[in-house]
Amino acid sequence: MNKKEMLVAAIKNGTVIDHIPSDKTYQVAQLLGLHNLGTPVTIGYNFLSKKLGKKGLIKVEDKFFTDEEISRLSVVTPNIVLNIIRDFEVVEKKTVVTPSEIKGIVKCNNPKCITNNEPMKTHFHVENGILTCHYCEKEQDINKVELC
Amino acid sequence: MDKHNFVTIADLTREKILYMIEMAQEFEKHPNRELLKGKVVATLFFEPSTRTRLSFETAANRLGARVIGFADPKVTSGTKGETLKDTILMVSNYADVIVMRHYIEGAAQYASEVAPVPIVNAGDGAHQHPSQCMLDLYSIYKTQGTLENLNIYMVGDLKYGRTVHSLLMAMRHFNPTFHFVAPKELAMPKEYKLYCDEHGIKYQEHTAFNEKVIADADILYMTRVQKERFSDLMEYERVKNVYVLNNELLKSAKPNMKILHPLPRVNEIAYEVDDNPHAYYIQQAGNGLFAREAIFCDVLGISLDEVKNDKTIIL
Repeated sequence: MNKKEMLVAAIKNGTVIDHIPSDKTYQVAQLLGLHNLGTPVTIGYNFLSKKLGKKGLIKVEDKFFTDEEISRLSVVTPNIVLNIIRDFEVVEKKTVVTPSEIKGIVKCNNPKCITNNEPMKTHFHVENGILTCHYCEKEQDINKVELC
Repeated sequence: MDKHNFVTIADLTREKILYMIEMAQEFEKHPNRELLKGKVVATLFFEPSTRTRLSFETAANRLGARVIGFADPKVTSGTKGETLKDTILMVSNYADVIVMRHYIEGAAQYASEVAPVPIVNAGDGAHQHPSQCMLDLYSIYKTQGTLENLNIYMVGDLKYGRTVHSLLMAMRHFNPTFHFVAPKELAMPKEYKLYCDEHGIKYQEHTAFNEKVIADADILYMTRVQKERFSDLMEYERVKNVYVLNNELLKSAKPNMKILHPLPRVNEIAYEVDDNPHAYYIQQAGNGLFAREAIFCDVLGISLDEVKNDKTIIL
């Protein structure tokens, strides 16, 4: 790790999410429920990145996300990599796997759908990047979704 | 026993469709029974629909059940802001089965997930109307003696008409050939044509509606072309009388051909056709009673065998 990247302190144990498209940083934080965590969290964005222009970066100490939690990111940043840190070393890189079902994350874009008219969780079936509402069966593209 | 619901037609198997048709046939032989004696059926119509409600309530009454419910949502607590879930749970305390019509899409599916009693979908917005589809299938079977290898012509509003979409999906098991006859603005949507392609269903599209086009039909499924569906009113004026069926157009029809229509009809079938032997739409609506008797029994766990060996028949 060079000095430039040390703008943000290294962590001993936890998860580092690098190369987040800058404007998606807060959505990633929201989807991972970082606001509910008790451990130290660093959120940064608008860092210069050769690949992305500007990138976001999130470091979460003493937290290892479950596959289910990580899969929530598929609707916002499907190509992101999570680095698992133990004793200052990256011991594992986890990618986002798009789940076959998504519950309570994405809004249905059909205003006449029951999920937009009743206090309830949305539920989508996912196939080939298309979300199909479990209730009204309207389809939407996974890249064009609105979060709940 | 798992709770049975009747919410969608799309996932019914070929066997299940034929099973339901056979059960409806039994009810046509003997519609009056006491199979549901002691049961209470609730009909919750969050959107008014007199025809569908009367058909369901008649089916319940002819099977010996008693009926509670509302025909007009203005009288319910929904207007006070009660959730659908609360209404459904409350009524589940009283009734053995709930028939519901709602203007919100997916409402019946959601109700079936929260209710401890079976839910029968009597229409949820533009989404599904599976009991209509069941009676359409029964009418086709009854008039043709089979569901296999039929030429089915769908005419009129194929874009918004949920009955034609449901029928198209339910018929996938039976090797149909579809002909979609509609103005461009109301043509069969791409997603359903894709569905046909994926399931190996043959189809042709026509914008012309004349004697020759429909000469090969076994079933002519008419729907209403509604003015409010058009963004361009000039277009509406141009096509509004093109998709009107009259006796002249029926001259070359096959002898077995029957005309179906989900009703209400406005002007898309001339009144002179009512006396034509091909007309079947009024009988079709009557078949709704037998189809709905079968739906009630199925969701309440009464099997075809029990219906066949029923000792409660009132002659």
